[in-house]
Amino acid sequence: MTQTNQRMEPAPPPTRSPRRKRRDLANPRGLSRGQAIVQGIVLTIGAIAFLFPFYYMVVGSLQTSPNTTIAGAFPNPANLTLNNYVNIDSRIDLVQGLINSGIFTGGVLLGTVVFGVLAGYALAILQWRGRGVTFALALLVQTIPFQLLMIPLYVLIARSYGLADNYLGMILPFVINSAAVLIFRQYFLQLPRELFDAARVDGAGEFRLLWRIALPLVRPALVTALLLTFIGPWNEFLWPFLITKDASLQPLAVSLANYISNVSGSTANPYGAILAGAVVLAAPVVVLFIVFQRYFTSSDLGSSVKG
Amino acid sequence: MTTTSAPPAAGTAPAAGPGRRHRAPIVQRVLGRNPLGWLFSAPYIVFVLVIYAFPLCFAVYMSFFDYFFAAPGANVTQPFVGLDNYIQVFTDPQVLQSFVNVGIFLIINVPLTVVLSLLLASGLNSITRFRTFLRTSYYVPYVTASVAIIGVWLFLFGQNGLINNILGPLAPSPSWLSSPVLAMPTIAIYVTWKGLGFYILLYLAALQNVPTELYESAATDGAGKVRQFFSVTVPGVRSATVLVLLLATITGANLFTEPYLLTGGGGPDGHSASPVLLVYQQGIQQGHPGYAAAIGIVLVIGVLIIGWLQNRFVGERD
Repeated sequence: MTQTNQRMEPAPPPTRSPRRKRRDLANPRGLSRGQAIVQGIVLTIGAIAFLFPFYYMVVGSLQTSPNTTIAGAFPNPANLTLNNYVNIDSRIDLVQGLINSGIFTGGVLLGTVVFGVLAGYALAILQWRGRGVTFALALLVQTIPFQLLMIPLYVLIARSYGLADNYLGMILPFVINSAAVLIFRQYFLQLPRELFDAARVDGAGEFRLLWRIALPLVRPALVTALLLTFIGPWNEFLWPFLITKDASLQPLAVSLANYISNVSGSTANPYGAILAGAVVLAAPVVVLFIVFQRYFTSSDLGSSVKG
Repeated sequence: MTTTSAPPAAGTAPAAGPGRRHRAPIVQRVLGRNPLGWLFSAPYIVFVLVIYAFPLCFAVYMSFFDYFFAAPGANVTQPFVGLDNYIQVFTDPQVLQSFVNVGIFLIINVPLTVVLSLLLASGLNSITRFRTFLRTSYYVPYVTASVAIIGVWLFLFGQNGLINNILGPLAPSPSWLSSPVLAMPTIAIYVTWKGLGFYILLYLAALQNVPTELYESAATDGAGKVRQFFSVTVPGVRSATVLVLLLATITGANLFTEPYLLTGGGGPDGHSASPVLLVYQQGIQQGHPGYAAAIGIVLVIGVLIIGWLQNRFVGERD
């Protein structure tokens, strides 16, 4: 997994048919002009299918009255309003929801950075008995389905420890992201061993080594792991839904889902309000991933699932 | 697993050299050369034990009892019921229906996921322009909350939604999400669409490891692009395919949010109820956590069997 994903070869120059055979041999992945056009069309249709619902989300959230005809897919100046945002905000406190999502996500990110980096460093650099077993555990827990843990965790956290309606209870099951631990380990493994040996000879302790030498060198891994960790709690619905009954503590995903399933019928334009809430919930993640897209590449993620 | 992950062999612990062997402190002999590794990993190990290992055992234990919620601190006896919960799982028509539903879901979702993500990934791998834009647009649904996107899908696939307006007289009646036949396939297509971006990234990583020489020799032998795809690409990414199959199956078996919100709790008439939805209803709403745990365990055993079969028939045969 050391090579980067960006294999940007220059496009082969357009060639006339007598030379096509030779070009095909030189660059076997190169496609003929017709094939390239078909491929371009398929990929573009794919991109439209992936992006259209997001566009429609924004358009729908701005409509005064829902217009589901084909013309409704285009913004109509006579039918534009920001009222839906005001409506949804009066039903579910958007700011409080965002703050709760932020605390939930922030807690998970903090736990993953602090404890995940330590575990990743120990798994990659330090020699200790039980390292192999711990590594196997980190791989294994990713395949344990949450549906099996849901009931016992609910009994333990909500009933036994009394952590229902509590940020700690929300954060606890996600506090260290195993995929992030494996990404950290993978990046620490790629650092040259001589670096650590030299620093140890100079008398640096392991904490100092980690903080001063290893961590600054794996900063891209930190961003990748944080991005990957971020989407988990920010989008998580089931667990916070189980554990929070108090509306003032619910993350935005939970309060919006409750609105969709319970109260939306009592509003004049329920779809507009739902879509406005959806835009507020989706926007931070979409913006984050567009800004940091170069850190979210296949090679980085590959290490988290393949070890 | 890489070789570096192997537990340190007995010989590596006293690395100080044969002459100083007897001087290695007891801590290092028991815990390995860097006992600090234990300290660094301790929080993670405790996390795995508390959040995964113990609840896993607790779920198995609970499934043999008529477990019920008691006030915190109250000392009540939960009667042992043996296999009663499991017998109930296999005789409750609601539960059986939900297993059929998730089966329909997996039959549509898993093959569609594998085929579409491999096709889009190999397309993406060979283009040079707009690559970043396309890659990003494919994973945007994956990173967005399902709750947010479900709002749009309700709007798109509703009775009078845009899709039905485009289809006109071809629109199904009853509509997508209120039809007992179409509800589950619609959910399956939604989940496929939403998760595809992640699997495309996995396939893109695997495609980097297919040697270019294989394509070159296939081209020399006169194989066209389609033939190259089936003879070089598909076998070349087989280990990624096994992974995608397994992850898609696990994710699919975890289905909860979509039937809860898209079809209003598994409607119409339980035709889109998933086992996890029943685990929630039985375990938390109706207060039978023992029974719910049994449903969960049967589901996980089913997933393990499917995963084993996938690995056997698709995985490497050596």
